[in-house]
Order: sequence, then C-alpha cells, then structure tokens
Amino acid sequence: MVGFLDWFGRDIISVLDFGREDFEVLFTEALNMEKYAKSRLDVLGDKVLALAFFEPSTRTRLSFETAMLRLGGSVIGFSGTEATSMAKGENLADTIRMLDAYANAIVIRHSLEGAAKFAAGIAESPVINAGDGSQNHPTQAMLDLYTIWREFKVIDGLSIGILGDLRYARVVNSLVQALSYYRVRLHLISPELLRPRQELVEFMESRGMKYDWTNDPYNVINDLDVLYVVRIQRERFPDPMEYERIRGAYKVNLKLIERGKPNLVILHPLPRIDEVDFTVDNTPQARYFKQAGFGVPLRMALLRLVLGGGS
Amino acid sequence: MSGKSELIISKIRNGVVIDHIPAGRALLVLRLLGISGRDGFRVALVMNVESRKLGTKDIVKIEGRELTKDELNLVALVAPTATVNMIRDYEVVSKFKVTMPNVIEGLLKCKNPKCITNQQREPVKSRFRLVSREPLKLVCDYCGTMHELSDIEKSLGLV
Ligand SMILES: [Zn+2]
Repeated sequence: MVGFLDWFGRDIISVLDFGREDFEVLFTEALNMEKYAKSRLDVLGDKVLALAFFEPSTRTRLSFETAMLRLGGSVIGFSGTEATSMAKGENLADTIRMLDAYANAIVIRHSLEGAAKFAAGIAESPVINAGDGSQNHPTQAMLDLYTIWREFKVIDGLSIGILGDLRYARVVNSLVQALSYYRVRLHLISPELLRPRQELVEFMESRGMKYDWTNDPYNVINDLDVLYVVRIQRERFPDPMEYERIRGAYKVNLKLIERGKPNLVILHPLPRIDEVDFTVDNTPQARYFKQAGFGVPLRMALLRLVLGGGS
Repeated sequence: MSGKSELIISKIRNGVVIDHIPAGRALLVLRLLGISGRDGFRVALVMNVESRKLGTKDIVKIEGRELTKDELNLVALVAPTATVNMIRDYEVVSKFKVTMPNVIEGLLKCKNPKCITNQQREPVKSRFRLVSREPLKLVCDYCGTMHELSDIEKSLGLV
C-alpha cells in the first residue's frame, strides 16, 4: 500500500509537512481503527513509545498511551512536574538522545516553540509533536479534521467558524493550516485583542483561503456548518474586568446555537472551562465529547502508520 | 567604480571590493561580515560617493581576508544592491551581484524569546528561510516567527 509507505518512519512536526492524500490515508486507517479502540489489535508488540511531556497534558498524553496499548505496544515516559525534577540540569537534547536510545518513537510536548523540530533533528526515531509553545499541535488538528470528515463525509465546501483565542491557541494555528488543503469558508471570531497573528493572516493569504474575521459570533452563526471553540485564557487580559466582560460575550450557549443551522456541529479540543455552557452538552449539535473519543483511534492510526505495524 | 573614488583609495592586491552598497551602510556590511577592524586586515571604506545607479553609495575594500561567496551573499541582508569584485594580483578574477540566500544559518537571532534557538544550553543554531526579498521577510525555521528588515538589523546589533 503506497499510502502506508508514505507515512512510515516520518516525523510529525507540523501539518504542513503533510498533504491531502496523507490525510486521506490517515482517515481511512483511523476509521479502520475505530473497531479496535475498545479492544486490541496486536501489531506493535515489539515497539516502545516514549512520551516526553515536559508540559502537563491529560487528554493528549492519555490518548497516545491508550492508542499504543491497544496496538499491543508498550509505553515509557514522564509528564509535567515529574519532568522538571527529572530533567534537573539536563538539557532537552540529552533527554531526547536517551529516549531515542530506548524507544521506537518519541511523542513530545514542550513549552518552547520549535522544540519538536529540534528534537526531530536529534533523534533517529520518528518524533511526534504533541504541542510546542503556542505554535503547533498537529495531531490535534488531524483529529479535528477527522471529526469533521466523520460528521460530514466531506470537508470541501463547509463553512467553519473558529471562536476564541485565535492569537495564542496552538490548535488554531495547526487547524487553519490543515484546513488550507480544503476548499472551506473560514469565519474567525475573537475579541480584538486575540485576533490571529500576522503570520497566520499571511499564511491564509498566501494559500488563497477564503476567510473573514468578526468580533461577534452572532454575525456569522447562521452560516456555519462547524463551530470550533477554543478557550480564552484569563492571563491574556491585563485587565480582569475586561476579561469578565469578554468571557460573557463569547460564551457558546443555547441562545447562540438556536440561531445556527439545525445540523451545526460544535467542536472543542477540550479541556473546557465554561466557554461552552453545560446546557449545550445535551444538544445534538454538541460533538466535542465524540471528537475527544476519536482521539484514540486517530492516534492508533498515526502510530500504526509511522511505526509500520503491518497492513 | 567612478574616477573620483579611485582617487581616494588605492587598488588592492588580494581581496574583495564590495561596491554599490546603499549610502551609509558600509559599517553594517563590515559588521555583518564580522570584521571589527581589530583583526588586522587592511580595510578601506568609502562612504557617500556619487553613483550613477544609486545616487550615492558606499564602497568597502577588504584585503587579505578570504571570504566565500556564501559569506558575501549575506551582505544582501543589509545591502541588496551590492556587487562583489574578487581581486587576485590586482586583477578582478570574478564579479557578482549579491543574492539573498534562501537559508541563513547561525548568523541571526530569533526575536521570539520562547524559541528553542534562544536556549543557551541546547546545541542548536538559528535557521531562517527567505520568504520574500522585497520587502525582506525571513521566517524562523523552528518557531515560525516572521522577521522583517528592522528585526534583522536589531538581531545583528546594527540599530
Ligand atoms: Zn524562532
């Protein structure tokens, strides 16, 4: 299978290292993996995956770990505060060299931007970026695309709104990059202070993407097929009053989704604080828990493709 | 080179002449090439002389220091109009217009403090890719931060 070979041994640093055909291979494999996401497919029994989480994460780390275990493989690694005490004085390069010697692939999350790319330059084993600084989170973007694909069976032609912190949320960066491979209409929704960075705007321009920006979700809600919500962090606001005001205006609640299409799909990378009201959870539009559930089969597919567990 | 500037500095035997530098940027060119004046090379500098192409220009002559074409192409960062004459035994052996390299490694510092290349304890060299020549835009290959001319001058300690 040509598609399998294209993925084998590759680093996953940025979605821009991949293309539409790669995503199609991945989606097909993830769909196949859904059958095994609650059981076991023994194809990576001889492989060890290293999880190097220099920054804490629950969902991403556990979904990688679960995926590897479901594929019959083993997992080593560390996470968060444990990492800081463990890496007392040791630099990233040396830690990566050690993990490279122990494992067949390395999943890394780090607070510094470019850390995964740097690690990939050092390690011989494939390196998978599970988030670096506010730059990239490619496997989350692949999961987001997969969820959209599962919901609509296509991605081309959809109208997609991204609401929240468009400036610092790394998932936004990676998601917009991933969507650049498809013909979508993007509606970016954020407070003025959290508008997308110049780099991202220039990227969308250079790819000829159709996008607009508004500070009011009510302006675009009726046009959306997908509403993707990301958290707005308090730390971003110098003035706590300003934060309180904005938090209310960007809350996704029943009043907002009532104005949307009946088949609107609401996604969120989670964890959620209160940007999506809990009353929305019981509506048919809410798909964020389903999206999180796809995290395991999607990452099973990634690991299997990269580590080559048969076909 | 115009007759006037030839009056100011004599010919060099072995070295390079960097001509057509935008007026006032000769010192930046020297700094970019890592020539401080304390390293013993003979350096001649002419600033603000008439130029048919540029109105006024600067010229730099460096004697005795071997400079590769790659090193000299970096001059394009601050002097995109510059031309280089390589001199052996008083003769011009090659002549080229500097062209901005597509990848610049090690020379510049990324302005993003959270970039991995700014961590002193990691064995990592900065790496930038050319995105646009006019206006000049370079992107950090590690963190994706865009750099414009003013950032580059700052990074080189030029402003
Ligand atoms: Zn950088």
